[in-house]
Amino acid sequence: MTDLDTTLTAGTTLTAKDFASDQEPKWCPGCGDHAVLQQLKNVMPELGTAPENIVFISGIGCSSRLPYYMATYGVHGIHGRALPMATGLKTSRPELTVWVATGDGDALSIGGNHFIHTLRRNPDLNVVLFNNEIYGLTKGQYSPTSKLGLRTVTSPVGVIDHPFNTAALVLGAGGTFFARALDRDGKFLRSMLKRAAMHKGTSLVEIYQNCPIFNNGAFEAFASPEKKEETALFLEQGKPLVFGKDRKKGIVLDGMTPVVVDIDKEQVSADDLWIHDESDLNKASILARFFDDMSVTEDFLPRPFGVFYAASHTTYEDALTAQIADAQAEGCGTLEELLRGDNSYEIR
Amino acid sequence: MTDTKTTTKQVNVTSKTSVSVLFAGDSGDGMQLTGTQFANTVAVSGSDLNTFPNFPSEVRAPAGTIAGVSGFQLQFGSKPVYTPGARFDVMIAMNSAALKANLKDLHRGGIIIAGTEGFDEKNLRLAGYPQGANPLEDGSLSNYIVFPVPVLQLTREALKDCGLNHKEIDRCKNMFVLGLLYWLYSLPIDTTVEMLHAKFRKNAQLAEANITAIKAGYFFGDETEIFANLGRFDIAPQKQRGVYRRVTGNEACAIALTAAAKKAGLKLFLGSYPITPATEILQTLAKMKKWGVKTFQAEDEIAGIVTSIGAAYGGALAATNTSGPGLALKTEALGLAVILEIPLVVINVQRGGPSTGLPTKPEQSDLLMAMYGRHGEAPLPIVASCSPVDCFYTTYEAARIAVEHMTPVICLSDGYLALSSEPWKVESPDNLCEIKPRFQPERNPEDPAYLPYKRDERHVRSWAIPGTRGLEHRIGGLEKQHETGNVSHDPENHALMTKLRAEKIARIAESIPLQTIDNGPEKGDLLILGWGSSYGAIKTAVEQALAEGLSVAHAHLRYLNPFPKNLGEMLGNFKKVLIPENNNGQLIHLIRDTFLIAPEGFSKVKGLPFNEMEILAKITDLIKEH
Repeated sequence: MTDLDTTLTAGTTLTAKDFASDQEPKWCPGCGDHAVLQQLKNVMPELGTAPENIVFISGIGCSSRLPYYMATYGVHGIHGRALPMATGLKTSRPELTVWVATGDGDALSIGGNHFIHTLRRNPDLNVVLFNNEIYGLTKGQYSPTSKLGLRTVTSPVGVIDHPFNTAALVLGAGGTFFARALDRDGKFLRSMLKRAAMHKGTSLVEIYQNCPIFNNGAFEAFASPEKKEETALFLEQGKPLVFGKDRKKGIVLDGMTPVVVDIDKEQVSADDLWIHDESDLNKASILARFFDDMSVTEDFLPRPFGVFYAASHTTYEDALTAQIADAQAEGCGTLEELLRGDNSYEIR
Repeated sequence: MTDTKTTTKQVNVTSKTSVSVLFAGDSGDGMQLTGTQFANTVAVSGSDLNTFPNFPSEVRAPAGTIAGVSGFQLQFGSKPVYTPGARFDVMIAMNSAALKANLKDLHRGGIIIAGTEGFDEKNLRLAGYPQGANPLEDGSLSNYIVFPVPVLQLTREALKDCGLNHKEIDRCKNMFVLGLLYWLYSLPIDTTVEMLHAKFRKNAQLAEANITAIKAGYFFGDETEIFANLGRFDIAPQKQRGVYRRVTGNEACAIALTAAAKKAGLKLFLGSYPITPATEILQTLAKMKKWGVKTFQAEDEIAGIVTSIGAAYGGALAATNTSGPGLALKTEALGLAVILEIPLVVINVQRGGPSTGLPTKPEQSDLLMAMYGRHGEAPLPIVASCSPVDCFYTTYEAARIAVEHMTPVICLSDGYLALSSEPWKVESPDNLCEIKPRFQPERNPEDPAYLPYKRDERHVRSWAIPGTRGLEHRIGGLEKQHETGNVSHDPENHALMTKLRAEKIARIAESIPLQTIDNGPEKGDLLILGWGSSYGAIKTAVEQALAEGLSVAHAHLRYLNPFPKNLGEMLGNFKKVLIPENNNGQLIHLIRDTFLIAPEGFSKVKGLPFNEMEILAKITDLIKEH
């Protein structure tokens, strides 16, 4: 089980189809989950890892059915516990590529404790968080990311608990990678999944995913071509933060405060605009606060998509492996030594 | 060290077959260290022994109070010793609270060695004695042999020139007491002297002071007149030649998991969350990195077991350890392990419940939770350890069953076994049975499809781990189709899978040993059927009952689910069956259910283990009734 060559045999080429299992997805027609599954299958061949060395782990919820549809190894676990299962597997078998499919209920509600602790430990997992701001599988109750005021079967007169801000939560918990994508934007989603796969450490990709049955249009502001120009901000490393029609709006930092400027009208030069730097935790933390509820305010900051933050830190499994290697520097313990212990005595 | 080997005065030396000693004092008096050192010396001398620490659950309870009393009890003897002693023969009481808390368990006529400084006005008041009353002076201890010894004063005198400050000198008073006990039981001081040299390698002054205190205590016994009538005692060795080590139950569990992994050719993974009294298993394994052991201190009990399930899916020998409240939190995940049919060892070190209950006190009240505490039909094997050393063999067996039968196994211990210790003749690797994982080999594209839930004649499925070419498959908590493992909601299939999962566990009875009678006749008036940590008390009581000519036998169950195949027949060979349990009667439910017999129950739910006197009294009652 050690020193496995986890890559594909030379000369082997796989396609997205090779990653499709023989099970038919059972998601509703029009569900954003189909799009995410497709992009995952698309990105797999590009990563060069043999299917037998890939494991998909999930919890419970609509999105957690995903492992059944991938022709890799997979476990559909219990509600909220996908991350510890993935952590145990990765810690025990660091050479495997481990993906986690989870949702806003699974990861942020019942699995909230595991979520923050996984992020601070930083095992090398690729976590795909399907955020549809609703409980789908149990038929439409509000979730920890549902917007204030949302009317659901369990909030008939509107949600009164404040939603989690996933980006802020991830960064606050010490996460080393956070990106956001949208189900409908396949090409961009695929690039984010690839970035997550390349990042060593816990990569968290939040996908705004439409639930056509219970929360249809929750992300319409970022999906519709006419609206998204004004509402979505696409982050590119080393590039200024610009958005809007003809990319004429920009963000400048006034001290710690982000301000939207009209580039032409206010004659802002490119140098004055906020230049995106994925390695800057402070800037990423400010970006995470671009979280206005656009349905209640006109004066909003655009919602960022892309890689907010990516930092290289030692992974949990590497640190543990190093401690073990250190302990074994002068040889591994034998069964005989184990049974004898270091406090034995002889009766003659 | 030769100076302590020859004593200057001739005093009577009385041979004893066994003696039980309690070291009791304030939490800060170093009683655990003193007791442990005494136990090590006794072990090396070749006596059999059994130890049990008894300390407050508070880290630093108020000094001088009953709540702050810390005790260390041990029994040692020239015959096999199975318990720390129902009552003790000798009590070291470093203060009045220690005396007050433990006097009820001292044999009438027993010896009290009292550190007189702990009986001053302040200590007496903290211990709750009435104004002006001092048990050392008021004649209330006339049923005991009392030796008031000014331990602190004598330690200070012995160490007045050692160069340490007052506080450091006063801390050596436990070593003075230890020296006195070594004298009283004709034991050498060498083992402790070696330990002190090792412990204070970087502070020779401290090492010397402690050694001086031990010698002072030893010579005090020799020189003072107060022990002239009592004399000294001598306990002949019991153990045969060989290499031994002393282990607690928790240490033995940890060693067993690592040994089982080695023997099976697997990596060990322990996902765990600290909980009294199970934590030492995690602590011990965390130190075993040299053996490649991976421990994971999880954020909670659930993550403890779920990380282990992940590791088991990946092909590790995976385990988690906990106590009652933790097992409750793990139950949903245990159901997952049952339906995934993967190996997992769950060690539950039972404590008094419900809820937080009595965290530091033992109880056997999780048996029915282990048996039934999951939603749905979710059977799994249960084994229980019966002594600190047996924790090794039972945990090893749990790992064997888990790996060879692809199932989670609950291995029950309790707070008594966890912290008790006894000598263990070092086991040879060759004596440990083989553990054979059933890994599914690689599959070529032209081979038939891999069926994750295809079973062998024992209904056991194979272990197909990630990284194996051609076996990519998906499993989960949803009900699975027979053989293919695909999600299935078919009613007939669910009935079949439920039956197969139950049958798989039942068939484990084919691979476990038959139940044996531990002691006594194969047929007779009364069988005591025990499980878990009551072994020592029952064993001792039955030995005595047999010596008195009673028709009584003792059988002790390691396998609680499934039961050994011959158990029913064995129970039928006795007119009466007595089942003592530290609960309200749990095994008795299972026995009644399985065999449709009416055994006699004997419950003790006090957060205390049974003692041999209680069992013996019950035996006598039952046989007389009959």
